[in-house]
Amino acid sequence: MKLNELTISEARQSLLKKEFSALELTQAFLDRIKERNGKVNAVLSLCEEEAVLKAKEIDKFISKKIELPVLAGIPCLIKDNILVKGVKCTAGSKILQNYMACYDASVVRKLKNHGAIILGKANLDEFAIGSSGERSAFGKTLNPHDPERVPGGSSSGPAAGLADNQCLFSLGSDTGGSIRLPASFCGVVGFKPTYGAVSRYGLIAMASSLDQIGPFAKNIEDAKTVFEAIVGPDKMDSTSCRKEIEHFSIKDPKDLVLGVPKEYFSLSRENSSGEETGLSPEIEGRLRESIEKLRKIGIKIKEVSLPHVRYALAVYYIIMPSEVSANLARYDGMKYGYSASVGDKSEVKDLIDVYLKTRSEGFGEEVKRRIMLGTYSLSAGYHEAYYVKAQKVRTLIKDDFKNAFKEVDAILAPSSSILPFKFGEKMENPLSMYLLDTFMIPANLTGLPAISVPAGNINNLPAGIQIIGKEFEDFKILEIANIFEKL
Amino acid sequence: MVSKEEVKHIAKLARLGLSAKEVNSLKEDLSSILDYFGELNKLDVSGVNPTSHVVLTENIMREDEGEKKSSELASKLIKSAPHQKGNHIQVKPIL
Repeated sequence: MKLNELTISEARQSLLKKEFSALELTQAFLDRIKERNGKVNAVLSLCEEEAVLKAKEIDKFISKKIELPVLAGIPCLIKDNILVKGVKCTAGSKILQNYMACYDASVVRKLKNHGAIILGKANLDEFAIGSSGERSAFGKTLNPHDPERVPGGSSSGPAAGLADNQCLFSLGSDTGGSIRLPASFCGVVGFKPTYGAVSRYGLIAMASSLDQIGPFAKNIEDAKTVFEAIVGPDKMDSTSCRKEIEHFSIKDPKDLVLGVPKEYFSLSRENSSGEETGLSPEIEGRLRESIEKLRKIGIKIKEVSLPHVRYALAVYYIIMPSEVSANLARYDGMKYGYSASVGDKSEVKDLIDVYLKTRSEGFGEEVKRRIMLGTYSLSAGYHEAYYVKAQKVRTLIKDDFKNAFKEVDAILAPSSSILPFKFGEKMENPLSMYLLDTFMIPANLTGLPAISVPAGNINNLPAGIQIIGKEFEDFKILEIANIFEKL
Repeated sequence: MVSKEEVKHIAKLARLGLSAKEVNSLKEDLSSILDYFGELNKLDVSGVNPTSHVVLTENIMREDEGEKKSSELASKLIKSAPHQKGNHIQVKPIL
C-alpha cells in the first residue's frame, strides 16, 4: 500500500513499529503534492523545509522510544485562512497575496504541540466566500473524482487535497457548509463542531457568529482523533466554550432515535421563486436508502418537524453578509496586505482613494457582492427590516431544533442537495450557487455540531449524508457517524 | 428594487470603488437577492427576541491589562504595512 493512501491510525501504527520513518511518510506526501498540484491546485504554499525538519525531529523521538502524541509525524494541509506563523496566508485573495502570518492560530499551535507535520496551505474560495472552489484569486481547485467538476467550497483545497491523498488529514472552516459541502463532493468525512468547541483565534474571520474550524479525514476514527487534538477552551477566543465537551459511547444502537425532518423532502415544492431548492432525485434516493440501512440494525427513525427551516437560507444570506461587511472592513491598504498607495500612485490622491482603489482591485466579484449585500442590510433605513428581522427568525429556527431534540438523539439530513456539478454551471446566477447551502446553513445558524459522511458514489460521483446533533454532543454524532460508516 | 443611486451610496459606505459596469450588475444582483428575502415578510416575529449568538450564555471578562510582546514582533507588524516611518505606520492625511 502506498504511504499516502493510509489512514492516520494505520500510519501511526506503522511509525511506532518502524515500518517506515516519519521522514519517508512526509516525503511521500511532498512528492505527491508536487506531482499533482499542477492539475488539482489544492495547495497554495508548500512548507517543504519545515515539514522535513519536523519529520526528522519526530524520527529522533521515535528512535529514543519517547512516547509521542497520536498525531506525531502525521502530515496535514491547513486551509489558507488559518494562520501558520512565518508562512504566507492569503485567504485566497489578491488583497493578502503577500501577507506573512505573524503568529500561529490556536489550532495550529495545538497541532504543532502534537507533532503533526504541516505540509502546506490549502486553496479556498476567497475569504471563505463561495460554495464551489471557483472563487479563489489563485485559480480553481479540481475535484479529484472528476477534473471537470467542482470540489465544493469554500474549503476546496483541504477537501480535494485529502481526497487526492496529498495529506492524511486537513483543517477547514465552515460558516454555511464550507467543510461539509466539499466533504460531500469529494467523498471524505467533514466535521463542523459545535460553535465555540474549537478556538477561532488565528482564523481569518468571515462571519463571526457562524465560523467554526473543523477537520477533514478519510474516516470517522481519524476525524475524531483530529477533533480531540484541536477541541478546547482558549482565552484568546471569548466565544470558545469554557465547559468540557464530554465523550460519549453508544452501548446499543437500538437505544438511538434519529429524526428526519419532513420539510427537507418538501422544500422544492414550496419555493416560490422557481429556483431549484430541493433534493435532486439521486440524493433523495440515497438519503432514503441510508435511513433504511440504519433502521435495519434497530435504530428508531422518527419524523420531526422544523417549520421555519425553509427561511434559513434567507436568514443566512442577510446575517452572514452583514458580518462579512464588518469583518472585511479591515482590508484597507493601511496596515498590511495589498495597497493601491504602493506603485503607480498617480490616481491615488487622498485617503479615500486608497480605500476605494485598494478594495476595488484587491477583492473579487463575489466578495464585493457580499460586502454590498451586508452593508445594505445594516444601513440606516433597512437595518430593522432585514438584519434584526433575520436575527429574530434565527431564534425561531433555533427553537425548532430545540423542540425536535426533545424527541430524538440526532437529526439526519442531506449534505449537498445535488451531485458535484461542472465548472461554470452556477457562476452566472449567484442565487443558484447560494441554494447549495440550503441543507448546510441550519447547523451554522443554530451553532449545532454537524458532520458529512460519505454515503457511496452515484454515477461515480461522491454523495454524502449529514448528521446534526445537540449542542456540545459532538462525540455523540461522531459515534453515530461511526455506526453508519461501518454499515 | 434597488436603484443605481442606492448602489452608489452603499458602495461609498463600504469603501468600494465600483466601475459603471459593476454598479449595473450589482444593481441586478442585489435586487434579485433582496426579492428572495421577501419570503421573510410573511413571518410574524412579534414577541421574538433576536439572536446574536446562539450558543453563548455568559460574557467573558478579564483584567484590562495588556501582555507585553517582543519588539521583534512589533517591528514585524510595522514592516507588514505598505508605508513605514521609523516605528510608525505611515498613512495619508486624515484631516
